Amino acid sequence: MFARIEGLPIIIVFALILALFMYTAPEVFLAPQIYTTLLSTAPPLILLAAGLTFVIGAGEIDLSFPSVIAFSGYVFAVLFKQYELGWLAVVGALASGVLVGVVNGLLIARIGIPSFIATLGTQFFWSGMATVLSGGKSYALRGADDSSVWQFIVGNFGDPNSIAWQDQVSIQAVWTALIVLGLWFVLNRHRFGEHILFIGDSNDVARVVGINVEREKIRLYTLMGTLAAVAAIMLTLENKNYFGNQGQGYLLTAIAAVLIGGTSIFGGRATLIGTVFGCFIIWMIEAGLVASGLTGAWVRTVQGLIFLIAIVFYLFVEEPGRRAELLRRFGRMPGPGRRDAGRPVAPGGATPRQP
Amino acid sequence: MTAGHESHRAAPAGGGDFTHIVRMEGVQKFFGAVHALRDINLAIGRNEIVGLIGDNGAGKSTLIKVLTGVIPPSAGRVYVRDRPIDLNHHSVGMAHAMSIETVYQDKSLGEKQPLWRNFFVGRQITNRFGFIRIREQKRIAGDILLNTIGFRGVGITVDSTVKQLSGGERQGIAIGRAMHFNSDLIILDEPTVALAVKEVRKVLDFVRRIKQSGRACIYIEHNLAHVHEVADRLVVLDRGEIVADVSPRDMTVPELTEYLIGLQQHR
Repeated sequence: MFARIEGLPIIIVFALILALFMYTAPEVFLAPQIYTTLLSTAPPLILLAAGLTFVIGAGEIDLSFPSVIAFSGYVFAVLFKQYELGWLAVVGALASGVLVGVVNGLLIARIGIPSFIATLGTQFFWSGMATVLSGGKSYALRGADDSSVWQFIVGNFGDPNSIAWQDQVSIQAVWTALIVLGLWFVLNRHRFGEHILFIGDSNDVARVVGINVEREKIRLYTLMGTLAAVAAIMLTLENKNYFGNQGQGYLLTAIAAVLIGGTSIFGGRATLIGTVFGCFIIWMIEAGLVASGLTGAWVRTVQGLIFLIAIVFYLFVEEPGRRAELLRRFGRMPGPGRRDAGRPVAPGGATPRQP
Repeated sequence: MTAGHESHRAAPAGGGDFTHIVRMEGVQKFFGAVHALRDINLAIGRNEIVGLIGDNGAGKSTLIKVLTGVIPPSAGRVYVRDRPIDLNHHSVGMAHAMSIETVYQDKSLGEKQPLWRNFFVGRQITNRFGFIRIREQKRIAGDILLNTIGFRGVGITVDSTVKQLSGGERQGIAIGRAMHFNSDLIILDEPTVALAVKEVRKVLDFVRRIKQSGRACIYIEHNLAHVHEVADRLVVLDRGEIVADVSPRDMTVPELTEYLIGLQQHR
């Protein structure tokens, strides 16, 4: 029963943390404004984490998405502001995200560079590119809220001049919910999602059962790049400002949200519902700690701690076999970089073989 | 990919008019200077289990790879259902289309995935947008579990993950999948390696089911006793050459062992 409802453990953890903050900071967490703020500021994180759920589910990683936030954000800002292209700026930004994704996919699938290295490289390349092209300048999109682009993508449902919370509900929350819902169907019900999970399980098995592993990986990174571009557009419009390092805060938070949510670090198992609640938790820690009177410096510390607790929890509960395997592997290699070809002997002299 | 296999799902295997499911004539394979396959002549009947025996490096895997289109031979001809194959365009996908399926040990199933996904992955039943018809797949998977493989009352359902199965059961799933997709020839690559005795028995039962269902099987095995028990014919490969093609009735396991040891000493 416990395993039947997708993401149930993390939903419970979310409820507990929420209850805790309602107790420590009732004036913030029992008022509606915090939740409308959540709806307007969490979408970029959720979109990035949703894409990463596929990537990590496939047993791969993407470190380049923060620079897509920078690069596609720049493309959008410059086309929107300098050239006043309106909706074409949106198309241009999306195209730049697709480009980054396809390049990642080709490097990883066709050339065979491990995704960690490939996307580390492209991360530097594209963020550098954004800095070069923008000359390090930021772009203020003053008056953007009059455009149809702004109103359609990040506008509010209510009267824009009202400050009542009902009028502050953001449209980007709806777009994000629809995108995540669509992705949920793709992951759980579509051929592509199934291929991603089998690839995450084992590339060899995926090939033997007839999956075109290379093609699916290119699609995977294209999806990730596109979602990162959507996040970049939303973020830039919501802030009405573009600045070069606007993506930097997302690297750890997005990866943490995915892993807290219950997607396996080894690939093969992925949950979008878990990821969404992982995002809520990451976001809420930031708001909740500050509202509870701790300084902002605590935020990263606590996020990192919860991240580690979640990993350890999943390792013990969901993948005991993998844990044993890891222990064995490290048991056989007592020193860094040392490889015992002969008999494995632990520092104590005993053979560190697991039963 | 989407249409088709539902309609002939229950059809018995081995329709059509042919004598041999596969036949190799004068097949040679060189890897550089290494002569991996020497003048192989081998025919597999429509409903026989052929045990393929040989030491490591005898050429068993190479033989199977040529047969299933993973690599082309250097010379010679291959026939499937008595029809010659264009070896330059032979591929794994084409072998599948011609109802030849290989079950590799440990490499056939996604461990964390439920059985119903494992049965259909790569050949999903989908609508035209590529979305999987989950209910239909689960129903058919349940049917395979019960009727094709015969998992009854062992606590395995279509939602079980492969991780929860024993080694023998895993081989059963992979064999059942091959049988469901109407493979006329199922190639088993050392299915009993690293299995407990009880699990080996299960696998041998699955192999017998292949025969009962009217299909052919090439059974590659190190353990002579296992293969001797189920095979109709034993083919011994040594240094890329077929050196014996005998019936298990004509040669006991000890005799076979002696013979193989003799081959090695000869080396």
